[in-house]
Amino acid sequence: MRPLLEKKIPLALVFIIGIIMTLQYFVPHPISQTIYDNSLMWDRAIASMAYIMAIVSFLRFHSRRLKDKNYAPYSLVAILSFAAMVLIGFIGGTGSDSLFQKMYDNMMVPLQATTFSLLAFYMSSAAYRAFRIRGIEATVLMITAFIIIFGTTTIGNYVPKMNEIVEWIMAVPNLASKRGIMIGVGLGVVATSIKIILGIERNWVGG
Amino acid sequence: MHISTNLWIWIQALLTLAIFTFLYKDNPLFRMAEHLFVGLATGYGLVVVYKNAFYPNVWVPLFQEKQFIFIIPFVLGLLYLTSAFPKISYMIRWPMAVLLGIGSGLSIPLTIQTYIIEQSKSSILRPPYSNLISWINALILFVGVVSVLVYFYFSIPHDRPGVKQISKVGLFLLMLGFGASFGYTVMARFSLLVGRLDFLLNKWLGIRPF
Amino acid sequence: MSVRDFFIRLSKIDRKYIYLVILIGLIIPLIFPPHFPQKMSPQVKRVFEYIDTLPKGSYVILSADYDPSVAPEVHPMYKAVVKHCILRGVIPIGMTLGVQGAGLALDAFTEAEKVLGARRDTDYVFLGYQAGGAVVILGLGEDIKSVYKTDYFGTKTTDIYALKPVKNYRDIALVISFSGSAIPATWAVYAYTKYGVKVAAAVTGVSAGDFYPYIQAGQFIGMLAGMKAAAEYEDAVNRILKEKGIGKFSTSAIRMMDANSIGQLLIILFIIIGNIGYFLSRRRK
Repeated sequence: MRPLLEKKIPLALVFIIGIIMTLQYFVPHPISQTIYDNSLMWDRAIASMAYIMAIVSFLRFHSRRLKDKNYAPYSLVAILSFAAMVLIGFIGGTGSDSLFQKMYDNMMVPLQATTFSLLAFYMSSAAYRAFRIRGIEATVLMITAFIIIFGTTTIGNYVPKMNEIVEWIMAVPNLASKRGIMIGVGLGVVATSIKIILGIERNWVGG
Repeated sequence: MHISTNLWIWIQALLTLAIFTFLYKDNPLFRMAEHLFVGLATGYGLVVVYKNAFYPNVWVPLFQEKQFIFIIPFVLGLLYLTSAFPKISYMIRWPMAVLLGIGSGLSIPLTIQTYIIEQSKSSILRPPYSNLISWINALILFVGVVSVLVYFYFSIPHDRPGVKQISKVGLFLLMLGFGASFGYTVMARFSLLVGRLDFLLNKWLGIRPF
Repeated sequence: MSVRDFFIRLSKIDRKYIYLVILIGLIIPLIFPPHFPQKMSPQVKRVFEYIDTLPKGSYVILSADYDPSVAPEVHPMYKAVVKHCILRGVIPIGMTLGVQGAGLALDAFTEAEKVLGARRDTDYVFLGYQAGGAVVILGLGEDIKSVYKTDYFGTKTTDIYALKPVKNYRDIALVISFSGSAIPATWAVYAYTKYGVKVAAAVTGVSAGDFYPYIQAGQFIGMLAGMKAAAEYEDAVNRILKEKGIGKFSTSAIRMMDANSIGQLLIILFIIIGNIGYFLSRRRK
């Protein structure tokens, strides 16, 4: 009974729904259109509840850490801030002048933006200490990078044709390399989707 | 210099400086700020998802408009709660299977069209071109795409004559592409830091640009 | 100490001094901005001119698929495009596929209300967040009001005045996806390929290079890439505001781009110094 519920039913669901959704693209009949519209509605409904997993995982992780005195203060801050945001959002509303929006603008945005801004320092340190021109390929990489870095500054506007040179590098050789990668990625996506539908790719059901 | 007296600006500034302390070393102030962010972000997500997604897509159709067919996605969605109970947590695979099936099925024809057919069509040489530069660009594009694809084709050994030279051209173009990406990445990373510094100088300390 | 030893020691300097140089190098131009000229690059021009020449009453979907981690680059673009649309009588429909984009998009529309006197549900519509990603994009191609039954504020979309003539992508002149990741590609796959609606991307510098294949294949009409594009677009919108006698200019991206430019030049200097020290130390061996 257990293998049926754990593996066979999910794999069967993926197979049946996957085949139907692939075939409906090619069938212009009204029934196919109805299936398409309803599946989009159901997908949005189920996807809107997927956040439950994130909440459950968050609360389990931090409530477990409350028992560890090294991490307890931090996890307490996480849980209390979660509770505060939820209560303020549901009770006070989410309009542009609400406390909810103010907490988003003045606490969440600076915290996240500053965390990612640290990357500028690490990148500068890496550029100074680790980027070494060790061969022809690295030389090509660096010369291109120098042209693009300079061309994307506003100082580059003083140099005649700089914008056009940057645009040519991005629109011709860069495009060629990225397109080659993209075609490969597209083939990979299609292959993986087919493998999931046919049940060959089973990592999501525990292998 | 007119230091702000707005409480929210001060909260923003103190949280920004708390994160910046990590540049010196990991410390309790940074960790508090980090955990505060995690809690706020999770709570924010719950409120927005409930109000904008769950309530109009599930609650209203099922409980207000009495469209009882929505009981199926509602029950499937509730199965996400079983992730809290290890013995029955396998049930989250059922709603995941529905989403995977719909997503995979929809993506196959559209991905083939977008990533393979359209991109290949746009790489093919289509003479005549209006001038020499257009010819050169088209040739570089065509040769470039083919050589990059050959570089990534590992089913044949790359030391064969012909394949070796073509994949070297592909590697050269890849380095060009990565150099271009690195150049843009430098601008992107600095933008984030400049954004925060601009806030601290302009809004918090009130140092207006001269 | 010889010149060689100086460069070798310089290339091994402690990273805290590097951080200090970066900080000083960015703070000085923020306080004493050099006011470098803005010159619109070809891709930005394509997007700008497309919106600028749309007939009044056209609809443009602006999808805020970004979060605060890329806000300094992408948020000024979003704000500038919202203002541009409203100034030209084009109705922007704000939405987002990512939860955190909702607050940022709301901020942009609130600013448009304050600066331009824009009226919600008449001059702009803000639909908010919807779960499902690609499925939402596909759903908008069938019926926007069935995907978004209410807007962000809880108003039924069937009651919104500005949305009355809109059913699906056939009534939309352009979709712009503002993102820090690969979401614009998803718009190209699901919106452009299946429904033929015109799509543009507004992205961070990190992902800019990856989207050129879409532009050349005609899947995107143009692209705004990074803070330079944000500064150029902001400058162009400020000129329209000046034309209309509205004095409330936004200069955040323009000012930050000047400082950014100095930072980028410092990186070139660091790489050169680091490599001089490296080559000199190799010669010594």
